[in-house]
Amino acid sequence: MTLNLFYFLSFVAIFSALLVVFSKSPVYSVLYLIITFFSIAGHYVILNAQFLAVVHVIVYAGAIMVLFLYVIMLLNLNKESEPHKSNLLKFAAAICSGLLMIVLVGSLKGTEVLVQQAPSDIGLVKNLGKVLFTDFLLPFEIASILLLAAMVGAVMLGKSDKPGDNKIHVKQ
Amino acid sequence: MIPIDYYLWLSAALFTIGVLGVLFRRNAIIIFMCIELMLNAVNLIMVAFSTYLNDASGQVFVFFIMAVAAAEVAVGLAILIMMYRNTQTTDINVLNRLKW
Repeated sequence: MTLNLFYFLSFVAIFSALLVVFSKSPVYSVLYLIITFFSIAGHYVILNAQFLAVVHVIVYAGAIMVLFLYVIMLLNLNKESEPHKSNLLKFAAAICSGLLMIVLVGSLKGTEVLVQQAPSDIGLVKNLGKVLFTDFLLPFEIASILLLAAMVGAVMLGKSDKPGDNKIHVKQ
Repeated sequence: MIPIDYYLWLSAALFTIGVLGVLFRRNAIIIFMCIELMLNAVNLIMVAFSTYLNDASGQVFVFFIMAVAAAEVAVGLAILIMMYRNTQTTDINVLNRLKW
């Protein structure tokens, strides 16, 4: 039962990840990436990491992908006619990533199989929060500073230099 | 219970698809999304190992990776908007001044 669910989620994840790369319109790419993220959240649930599954859905599907979609619609990129590489470069890209796949498979093949003894409940909010606020308290606080700096940087970069460019223009 | 090498294969495949996307496309936003895909492949294998080894540190690391990814996306998309405002495109071949 769990194995079938694993196969199904893996198939959905890999199939929609391929569609992210090969779909023509960026909007469709974003939507397929959301499907990929939901299937990865399903994998987290299978692994009994419920806290991370919820955080993953909230952060990735809820915040990051909405930001992507918003930027794509702001830049009006939902056209079919977007730049493409030449066939030679596409062929080279496929060869390169195929070689990387071969390297990964070769390095992971024949590894010792890890067997889980008992179903662990370290992924629950209670245990993870205990670890996060005792052993990892300083990195946790530094992460908040990082987020603040990123927010300030995003506002700084997104603001236009020209005066009057930040006013709202309504195209007739 | 699922053997852990299944997760190794799955995240190797997802990582390779991310690399393929970075090499294959010219639109900067798609390249960004493929980088997110690679980050998620690594997150998945980290959660798998932390569950199988009964060690909570891996899941805490994944939590921090998510925070860094959120910051990266916010700044990166702001840079993309700035680039679009100056060049009217998101084609990475236009931005080749940092190439050599």
